[in-house]
Amino acid sequence: MDAFTQLTAKACSIPVANVDTDQLIPARFMKESRSVGYGQFLLYDLRYSADGTVKPDFPLNSSAADEARIMVTRRNFGAGSSREAAVYALVDAGYRCVIAPSFGDIFSSSAVNNGLLPAVVSEADCESLLIKLASDIQPVTVDLNDMSIRCGDLCIKFVINSIWRTKLLNGWDDIDLTQAHREEIDQFQEHYLQKYAWSVSNLLTK
Amino acid sequence: MTANKTLFDKIWDAHEILCSDGGQSLLWIDRHFVHEGSFHAFNKLNGRDLPLRHPELTFGLADHYVPTHTRNTALVPEKIRQVIEQLVSNTSQHGVTLLGLDDPRQGIVHVVGPELGITLPGLIMVCGDSHTSTHGALGALAFGIGASEVAHVLATQTLWQYKPKSMRIIIDGDLSPGVSAKDIALHWIAKLGAESARGHAVEYCGTAVDAMSIEARLTLCNLTIEGGARCGMIAPDEKTFTYLQDRPFAPKGKALDQAMDYWKKLKTDNDAVFDREFRFNAADIAPTVTWGVSPEQALPISASVPDPSKIASSEDAQQVQDSLDYMGLVPGQPLTDVKIDQVFIGSCTNGRLEDLRSAASILKGRKSKVPGIVSPGSTQVKKAAEAEGLDQIFISAGLEWHESGCSMCVGMNGDLVASGQRCASSTNRNFKGRQGPGSRTHLMSPMMVAAAAISGNLADVREFISQSTVA
Ligand code: SF4
Repeated sequence: MDAFTQLTAKACSIPVANVDTDQLIPARFMKESRSVGYGQFLLYDLRYSADGTVKPDFPLNSSAADEARIMVTRRNFGAGSSREAAVYALVDAGYRCVIAPSFGDIFSSSAVNNGLLPAVVSEADCESLLIKLASDIQPVTVDLNDMSIRCGDLCIKFVINSIWRTKLLNGWDDIDLTQAHREEIDQFQEHYLQKYAWSVSNLLTK
Repeated sequence: MTANKTLFDKIWDAHEILCSDGGQSLLWIDRHFVHEGSFHAFNKLNGRDLPLRHPELTFGLADHYVPTHTRNTALVPEKIRQVIEQLVSNTSQHGVTLLGLDDPRQGIVHVVGPELGITLPGLIMVCGDSHTSTHGALGALAFGIGASEVAHVLATQTLWQYKPKSMRIIIDGDLSPGVSAKDIALHWIAKLGAESARGHAVEYCGTAVDAMSIEARLTLCNLTIEGGARCGMIAPDEKTFTYLQDRPFAPKGKALDQAMDYWKKLKTDNDAVFDREFRFNAADIAPTVTWGVSPEQALPISASVPDPSKIASSEDAQQVQDSLDYMGLVPGQPLTDVKIDQVFIGSCTNGRLEDLRSAASILKGRKSKVPGIVSPGSTQVKKAAEAEGLDQIFISAGLEWHESGCSMCVGMNGDLVASGQRCASSTNRNFKGRQGPGSRTHLMSPMMVAAAAISGNLADVREFISQSTVA
């Protein structure tokens, strides 16, 4: 996974609350292999009408959005279904950071596991940033070291919990981290399965 | 030591292997479910050549993509068949028990887990599916995870988690006839908001919860995630212990005695303090339906569609207007005037035997004005329902009786609501496009779906309950 330290890039704003994961990637695309590239499915039903025509007004369909690496949106982004495919769709479309006042829990941790920064800002700061973007102020700089976001003369702070920040800064993968604790896990398991032997009693004999 | 731990704390503490400097805990995972959609996680694992640490603690279930009008996969589109086959090959390659398409124990993961006694009090259970919260109804700590985390659990049988805050929802009093666990959930989510429980583990208690059947508790915990919670749980009691007796995977004999000693202590201590606490009176809750595109956009059936012009905040008004536009509703229109095109009864929320019984009790001897599908939550539920003749009630009413699967809850198998069509649905999400592009979903209890089917519009089930019908 690529490390994330600082990113200066174009941002695309989706000034809508409650963009859930069913919208981020409609269920019908999730049977595709990841190798086809999930970026094409991102927010598909908001980008295209039922007959397949492009909805020209949707922000993601503007030519400027092609180069965007940062998304700015409103509260409760990524709520709902646990589908990590929602994160794949963003990552495969080139996004490395989503800025919003709040995120769905499972979405945030999946994002971090795929090198996508979920940057939490206050509602007021989010609105200020959306106003900047609405008047075509670009690019946006996101700095994970000091947890700041800059756009024109605007400078706001974001929050992210410390472990996720460390993981992103280093591009670490959880499985590697956990394997380093192998001994503790082995010891715990031995003790746990003795004390709570009932928890596996009727599985092992099957 | 003072007795001030919550049920959640007790289970968490028993599973904490270590806590890192940053405050993240590494937890032992007792049970893990995978389904067809878990292929991304298996690919990740296979790509790194990692074995499963404990294949016997993972169970595979075919539910999300399975066809429900037939079990003949030859009739299924190729890509869907491939996803189902991938689950078969991934589980067999790694030695995971699969309850697959032809297994008599097949069904929706959150229905089958409790049904087979795979779900037990005091366990930590995870699955790459947000409604894993369902299993908390038996006193387990259960929550949904993403595909990377699924791969992590497969490889290590552990998971990194931040400890959520605690929230208690107390529901006292008696539910009125025609009101069910579904209405309680929609009611509190509408009152508190779809984000209200974000970052919290919710415990339900109160006399209304005590009085609930296990199946109703499963519905309540299932929907907890729609209030943004990490999980929902209910302390195990005599009902739980009775429910678990003789379930195939539940402990037996001496192991059961040991388990019971532990399970009986699994309740929140009297002096425990929750970060947040809310109270509801069951008697205040009416049959509830959603009118918008978030589960929080719900109202009693006697209400009218909200009017954005009467909402003070312009952002909120805009959001309501947007929801009404999508749903094709008129501001101020009585909910009972909303015509429906079809119905769906099923899902991990309301696809259990009691749910089918309650819907059948309303439909018995009546006709549905609209087409619809009934898909039992598991193959065992289907068999049991057929043994009682429930299938005949649905079929006589004009509805289709299907095999078990997620079906029209998410439409992955092709059971879709067409664009612009309106569905009264016993499922859990009314998001835009959830049941298919452009689909319009109204969430409600199975009884309320039955009432809507008979009426051809959203309807108050209380008008169909005769004196003798037990709600
Ligand atoms: S029934 Fe619906 S909510 Fe439940 S597991 Fe299946 S798709 Fe998910």
